[in-house]
Amino acid sequence: MVNLMGLFRSPQNELEKNSGEAEGIRNACPRCGVLIDLTEQQENLGTCPNCGHHFRLSPRERIAYLADEDSFEELFGDLRSHDVLGFPGYDQKLRNAKLASREREGVICGRCRIENEPCAVFFMDPNFMMGSMGTAVGEKITRLFETATRESLPVVGFTVSGGARMQEGILSLMQMAKTSAALGVHSAAGNLYLSVLTDPTTGGVTASFAMDGDIILAEPGATVGFAGPRVIEQTIRRRLPQGFQTAEFLLEHGFVDRIVPRSEQRETIGKLLRMHRKGGGAQ
Amino acid sequence: MSAYDKVLAARAKGRPTGLSYIENIFEDFIELHGDRRYGDDPAIVGGIATLEGQPVTVLCMEKGGDTRDRVRRNFGSPNPEGYRKSLRLMKQAEKFRRPVVCFVDTSGAFCGLGAEERGQGQAIAENLLELSSLKTPVVSVLVGEGGSGGALALALADRVWILENAIYSVISPEGCASILWKDAKRVRDAAECLKITAEDMKSLGVVEEIIPEDKEFETVYQTLREDLAATLSQLMALPTEELLRKRYERFRKF
Repeated sequence: MVNLMGLFRSPQNELEKNSGEAEGIRNACPRCGVLIDLTEQQENLGTCPNCGHHFRLSPRERIAYLADEDSFEELFGDLRSHDVLGFPGYDQKLRNAKLASREREGVICGRCRIENEPCAVFFMDPNFMMGSMGTAVGEKITRLFETATRESLPVVGFTVSGGARMQEGILSLMQMAKTSAALGVHSAAGNLYLSVLTDPTTGGVTASFAMDGDIILAEPGATVGFAGPRVIEQTIRRRLPQGFQTAEFLLEHGFVDRIVPRSEQRETIGKLLRMHRKGGGAQ
Repeated sequence: MSAYDKVLAARAKGRPTGLSYIENIFEDFIELHGDRRYGDDPAIVGGIATLEGQPVTVLCMEKGGDTRDRVRRNFGSPNPEGYRKSLRLMKQAEKFRRPVVCFVDTSGAFCGLGAEERGQGQAIAENLLELSSLKTPVVSVLVGEGGSGGALALALADRVWILENAIYSVISPEGCASILWKDAKRVRDAAECLKITAEDMKSLGVVEEIIPEDKEFETVYQTLREDLAATLSQLMALPTEELLRKRYERFRKF
């Protein structure tokens, strides 16, 4: 059957612009300005072959390079947000987000194996309202931690978020409390939670589960902070210094364990999972 | 009163600030300073006091009195060390099995260079994680502005109450209007849409109780003194496991 949806939607990210018909098209890297052949960028896991700039990726693209082949099994995929507060324009925003991301919500959860190590995973979606956290995102992540606690599975979570989803008002704030509590139970049972901060991770997600990992990794160059850069500039009435709120800045200040480029993530995460195997350690 | 009128009331000059509640409700307050990591944040005040003879760890956000005091206290916008001080005192309360009472009044956690350098997000995240399993009762009262994650960091509690004219919101109405509609003047609409009033909180299940206000606040202090005493002794009687299970369920429902 012909997929008509594809006719009406624009590419959802830098990688997709080159799928098939776009072959030969080049894009300028936002960091170094070099023209990149998009096939090459795709082969490079969405990074610039010249300067290593990491482009944002969708959850499915993450799954493709991280999870062992065919090992990903999605969980809670039917959960979606509703306009509970009757917030003007929210319904339309949700519809647009679904079209832009081809997903139902701003996070994809499931079980998979990474380098043969079973784990629970979540990937936030930059194409769905910039991974903003509303009730459905909070509920999916909470359920994932609860499932992982029951099954004694480690959780690997990739964060990307503009913060809480303001169209759900105070209910989105409550997701910070709900997810933290579920994460706390998972942690108290001796399970590993590995968070990977990707561009951008800000606001309520930074101030809850993103910064609660037993081990916190980050992608090179990712913007990570509590307040968004513009909010800070407005507060202090001056420009921010170069490199402020980057993953490298956080590493320097002691808030992340390691910066791991995409090409090394699978191996690094696999190793860490192996070293945290329950009842026996690395084998 | 419209939602925006409530915003103005919550921010009004002359409205009692955090310390007034501690001073008017408790006895024997002894302030304790510092986070043992970096510094002492005057935007969050903490210490030990008694309520009908029961020792209680008390915490509040303090916006300050006169201009000089307000500047010193950063207008009640805490830095990471404020949250870390509050966490230190909460863990101390857990050790000595005394309940914790927090008075929340902040436009939000401070958005500045130093706050980011010292891990504002991490500090709030840690508070939320630790509070979710703190083995002693916690009651939080929203007394003025409940500004987003910076307020929640002291409000992951067994009971959350709100004063009649206090507000609780994920973002300031100004921030919401400028982000969503690129028009800071639509702040009234934003206040309405965000559902931030005490009644909204009650109907959404975010708070258990609304404390009625009177002009001199004498009734407010009186009500809080009685309700806190009764609720704390109720909560103190619960086995820890049940207390934590109920706290989990309280936030699990959202």
